[in-house]
Amino acid sequence: MKSLLYDKAMGGRSGLIGMIVLAFILLLVFPVMFDTFRLNLMGRYLSLAFVAVALVLCWGYGGILSLGQGVFWGLGGYCMAAFLKLEAANNIANEAGTDQINALTTVGLPDFMDWNQITELPWFWYPFKSFPLTLALMFLIPTVLAYIIGVAMFKRRVSGVYFAIITQALCWIMELLFVTRQGWTGGINGITDLRTLLGWDIRTESAQTTIYFITVAAILMCIVIGRLVLQSKLGKLLVAMRDTEDRVRFSGYDVASFKTFIFCIAAAISALGGGLFVMNVGFMSPKLVTIEPSIYMVIFCAVGGRMSLIGAVYGTLVVSFGRTYFSEEFPNLWLFALGGVFILVTVVFPRGLAGMVDSIIAFVSNRIAKRTGQDKAAGQPPAKAAGVSASGGAT
Amino acid sequence: MVLPTDYALAIEDLTVSFDGFKAVDKVSLYVDKGELRVVIGPNGAGKTTLLDLICGKTRATSGSIQFRNRELRGMAEQKIVRNGVGRKFQTPSIYPKLTIFENLEVSVPKGRGVWGSLFFQRSEAVRERIAEVAKDIYLEDMLDTEAELLSHGQKQWLEIGMLLIADPELILLDEPVAGMSVSERQKTAELLRRIAKGRSVVVIEHDMNFVREIADKVTVMHQGKVLAEGSMDKVENDEKVIEVYIGH
Repeated sequence: MKSLLYDKAMGGRSGLIGMIVLAFILLLVFPVMFDTFRLNLMGRYLSLAFVAVALVLCWGYGGILSLGQGVFWGLGGYCMAAFLKLEAANNIANEAGTDQINALTTVGLPDFMDWNQITELPWFWYPFKSFPLTLALMFLIPTVLAYIIGVAMFKRRVSGVYFAIITQALCWIMELLFVTRQGWTGGINGITDLRTLLGWDIRTESAQTTIYFITVAAILMCIVIGRLVLQSKLGKLLVAMRDTEDRVRFSGYDVASFKTFIFCIAAAISALGGGLFVMNVGFMSPKLVTIEPSIYMVIFCAVGGRMSLIGAVYGTLVVSFGRTYFSEEFPNLWLFALGGVFILVTVVFPRGLAGMVDSIIAFVSNRIAKRTGQDKAAGQPPAKAAGVSASGGAT
Repeated sequence: MVLPTDYALAIEDLTVSFDGFKAVDKVSLYVDKGELRVVIGPNGAGKTTLLDLICGKTRATSGSIQFRNRELRGMAEQKIVRNGVGRKFQTPSIYPKLTIFENLEVSVPKGRGVWGSLFFQRSEAVRERIAEVAKDIYLEDMLDTEAELLSHGQKQWLEIGMLLIADPELILLDEPVAGMSVSERQKTAELLRRIAKGRSVVVIEHDMNFVREIADKVTVMHQGKVLAEGSMDKVENDEKVIEVYIGH
């Protein structure tokens, strides 16, 4: 149905415009403006934006602040990396063909396992020999983990700061796990030297451009999925729960199952980002699953506007840009500046970039309405105008 | 062993103890079908706790709560609601960021599961039901207004409307006219009379004029116990009640 697609998936006129502008920038402006190296950099940033989009759903709307969203992102990444690594390990003989290389590593066994005296592939690595299975596990493992955490925490009514701290601890546990299980995970170095995906060399310029476009398509898809969820009754319930949890509970809803659901959706979206990140950069590292990147992801979301799925993408790009450039120019000041930006945004612009854009649009359209002297438009109460722009920004 | 009764709500020997302090102490209370019962009493008498116990917000230490001969004690909150018990809180609990329409829609007793709510369709029947309830609670012209813009009294009505839309058989109202103007009180009294038809209502209230106007029967609580029960006239002339109220 046309109206369903228009209203629900796109979020009406303002939502559609927002989508078109974002798609235009990502699909046309960036590829024309940037060389492959920069475009690949954008691809890396965008694969982080998945987490920001996920955080809009679970934090902005659901009120669940997860400071460990990077864990789900990282698990998705590790799944993809495991597949690529096995393929690389299988091809090592064909690629190099020399005795020297064969002497250093065993065919079919990731190099880091060799270095750690592991002679046989561990059982949990076997599923990653199959690409379809890898794709399934890439979503399944983080989602199941989110489900377990969700059931364990939300059923016991753990929320707010306590939940945030627990998710942060989860980051630390994951990092420890990945670093200490060297033979299984590649340890502190992570999984590196990834080369081909089903025989397709992902390191070439053309491949990197293609992967960039896949990443863009995937993030746009995630935004549409997010909108579908938010437009449903479930989306309204999330907002209701965030603001007045008891009222929802005493309206006959099992609050915990709704929180678990949105937390799982957020985990799945994050995981997709992690998988695409690995395809963009060709490695995965436990350093990306630690506390710091997870905090960054929350900042991306806050800067972009935690009530705006599209804003989250801009927030990620802007902060990541800043990080790359300013951290080179002023390495000592950068973290302070970032902290400052975070405080400024939460205090002065609680709705982030998206909120600012909405206010500007509302302001300009008010001025235009006044200038053209349309009684109807000018006579509109300000509350109504604010409501309209809020709904635009919300989606 | 609790025997089946004809009462809509039969509370027997209900006790809750917080670290030895008995906020509700061996309270027994029977509410008929179609009855509007008002619970009054000085601050700290255990009135709100009593409602909390019925709707499952607080867990009782001992005793029983039979609703249509089904034990509510130990049941999960959402199950109690689904069995037909609606609760309004003392401070109006509405969803500030949603419109009046959405506030009511979210309270429609359909699509209460995760998947049900995800694929919930706003049918014509739902629309009509929302319009009907909105008219009952005097908010039919404000359906697209965000709830945070409502006055205090209108928020109280909206919360009552959110209960009504689920058509519960027992409604628990905690101070429904607190902070209302005289004309709002009048309208609320009319509203309560209307909604009491065909269902049981338990109201906690301080405003004696309001109580006199709406109550079928009054229960007076004091220090966690039932002090007196009966018609307003009877209760007002009860010596123990006078002592408690004047003694304060």
